[in-house]
Amino acid sequence: MDLAVEIGSLKLKNPVMTASGTFGYGEEYSEFLDLNMLGAVVVKGISLKPMEGNPPPRICETPCGMLNAIGLHNIGLKRFLKEKLPYLRQFDTKIIVNILGNTIQEYVRLSKALDDAGVDAIELNVSCPNVKKGGIIFGTDKRALSRLVLKVKQSAGKRVIITKLSPNVSDITEFAIAAEESGSDALSLINTLRGMAIDIDTQKPKLANITGGLSGPAIKPIAIRMVWEASQSVRIPVIGIGGIINAQDAIEFMLAGATAIQVGTANFINPMATIEIIHGIRSYSEGKNIDNIRDIIGRIHGTAGHNNINL
Amino acid sequence: MNRYFKAKVIENLSLNSSHNLLTLEPLDPAAEPNPGQFYMIEAGDSYDPLLKRPFCWLQKTRETIQFLFRIKGKGTSLMRAFKKGKVISVIGPLGNGYPLPRKKRTPLIVAGGTGIISLFSLINKLSHNCHVFYGARNKDELLLLNELEKLGNKLIVCTNDCSFGKEGMVNEVLSQFLSANESIKTSCLIYTCGPKPMLQEITSIAFHEGIRGYVSMEENMACGFGACQGCVVNTISGYKKVCKEGPVFPIEDIVWT
Ligand SMILES: Cc1cc2nc3c(=O)[nH]c(=O)nc-3n(C[C@H](O)[C@H](O)[C@H](O)COP(=O)(O)OP(=O)(O)OC[C@H]3O[C@@H](n4cnc5c(N)ncnc54)[C@H](O)[C@@H]3O)c2cc1C
Ligand SMILES: Cc1cc2nc3c(=O)[nH]c(=O)nc-3n(C[C@H](O)[C@H](O)[C@H](O)COP(=O)(O)O)c2cc1C
Ligand code: FES
Repeated sequence: MDLAVEIGSLKLKNPVMTASGTFGYGEEYSEFLDLNMLGAVVVKGISLKPMEGNPPPRICETPCGMLNAIGLHNIGLKRFLKEKLPYLRQFDTKIIVNILGNTIQEYVRLSKALDDAGVDAIELNVSCPNVKKGGIIFGTDKRALSRLVLKVKQSAGKRVIITKLSPNVSDITEFAIAAEESGSDALSLINTLRGMAIDIDTQKPKLANITGGLSGPAIKPIAIRMVWEASQSVRIPVIGIGGIINAQDAIEFMLAGATAIQVGTANFINPMATIEIIHGIRSYSEGKNIDNIRDIIGRIHGTAGHNNINL
Repeated sequence: MNRYFKAKVIENLSLNSSHNLLTLEPLDPAAEPNPGQFYMIEAGDSYDPLLKRPFCWLQKTRETIQFLFRIKGKGTSLMRAFKKGKVISVIGPLGNGYPLPRKKRTPLIVAGGTGIISLFSLINKLSHNCHVFYGARNKDELLLLNELEKLGNKLIVCTNDCSFGKEGMVNEVLSQFLSANESIKTSCLIYTCGPKPMLQEITSIAFHEGIRGYVSMEENMACGFGACQGCVVNTISGYKKVCKEGPVFPIEDIVWT
């Protein structure tokens, strides 16, 4: 049985990756699982300079999900290259670095440095809802997104560039197409949805940042729909993210059109979730006599649905 | 030894209307915890509640780990209904725990409300005599009184409504004790856990009296093992993760807001 998939020129041994910001820099999970088994590790978003993040409380639970406003708390490019990358290199898995900047120039400098350092792929976070400046502007303005992807692609040579789309837009396909046309090698979606929760005892927002990004099973149906829409509007591979807890969820994303998937919030609840998902995909394939997992990607495309509704 | 393990509920005893004593038997070999460390416990079988809940351990035997929890919201209400034989997943022990005092230091243990649970394992472990100051809202909220008495330390209990022990807040009781025992100030060390406003009062007492010590902090947690960056508190050297660099911090390091 073949679980291998390809994201542009990047060959993954299986379609299961970790979602940025939920897997630290890999080290945090090494006591729980064998990192060699993962398709890829996507690390916490890196900026040029270290960022201290938002004040607490930064997270709160909501029905079937959670809100976070971490604010891109990270150690910065220099320390990442020196302290974290060498550790990850010991493993036989692909290393994908999620990056965030305030300006195109910052994204370009980050991509160049990571290209030089030889990471396997770069994921452009243009969709973090929790930082005041930058990032999100590229995720919600098509022209800005096109310029960004173009510049990064020009400067980071042949490195695989993945554009991580924001779900906080009215038509995801416009952004998917803009990223593809500007040279992005793949798309990943979705990032968190902007949300909010209020404590009725204190009559204050539950997060110090007031709003935060919603993740977990609560967002899965929205993510499935967006992956389904985006994957039909572009030719480049789409990586599905959003509320994946088990293999069934992962397979649902692949049927909707995802070539690979990322596991986020589930890692917090079950640090071995990714490994269990890989096993689950394998037994599903065995049960259905699927020789090659690639065969199920986008299986439902072209289905008219029960009522033949045209979208 | 994997810190992510399955455990079976051996007993789930209701102590009073708002507290339960939960005894778990790890199904895989579990690591020995230090006083002040904690575990993330699965509260329900469904996606709501989604996240595990953090709890300090109370006692550990070779086969079991015991927890004492207060019924607060959705998760702990479901935990109250845990039946004997139920298998749940647990992560731990997590965090740093309380550093033990040097021989010559007299520990002053200052607990407010459920803070006593975190400090209980420390009191149990301390070889030297300590002073325990323990405050709760009222008599019904007092936990572990018999057990604390048995340990043979000097114990001062107070309740806000004077329904048991001294009247007043535990910080007031500590202040009174310190003014009556000037000489102890140079040789004692504070360990404290409880509600934030109380911890803040204790910090200011420690500062004014020039006493050092440790405080155990609480923050909302998603993972409990340092991956999400969700549980930070502000310290003099920036944001620190309660689940990893804490929950115990030097009392003078915390920046209160
Ligand atoms: C390190 C640590 C050790 C703890 N040890 C104990 C213990 O030994 N005994 C005990 O009774 N309680 C302890 N607590 C508090 C306990 O975790 C909360 O009371 C519990 O999570 C409440 O869950 P709930 O679903 O009933 O409440 P809800 O209010 O419905 O919970 C909603 C969300 O907020 C979080 N939350 C609510 N209150 C707290 C809190 N005080 N601290 C952190 N997160 C919170 C929950 O985990 C959950 O994610 C500890 C907290 C921490 C951080
Ligand atoms: C605590 C937390 C931190 C995150 N940090 C980042 C980040 O740094 N960069 C990024 O692109 N996405 C970040 N995300 C978004 C996730 O990668 C993922 O897109 C989102 O959580 C949806 O997936 P899930 O429902 O499986 O968690 C973060 C999510 C969470 C919950
Ligand atoms: S709870 Fe996730 S880092 Fe502390």
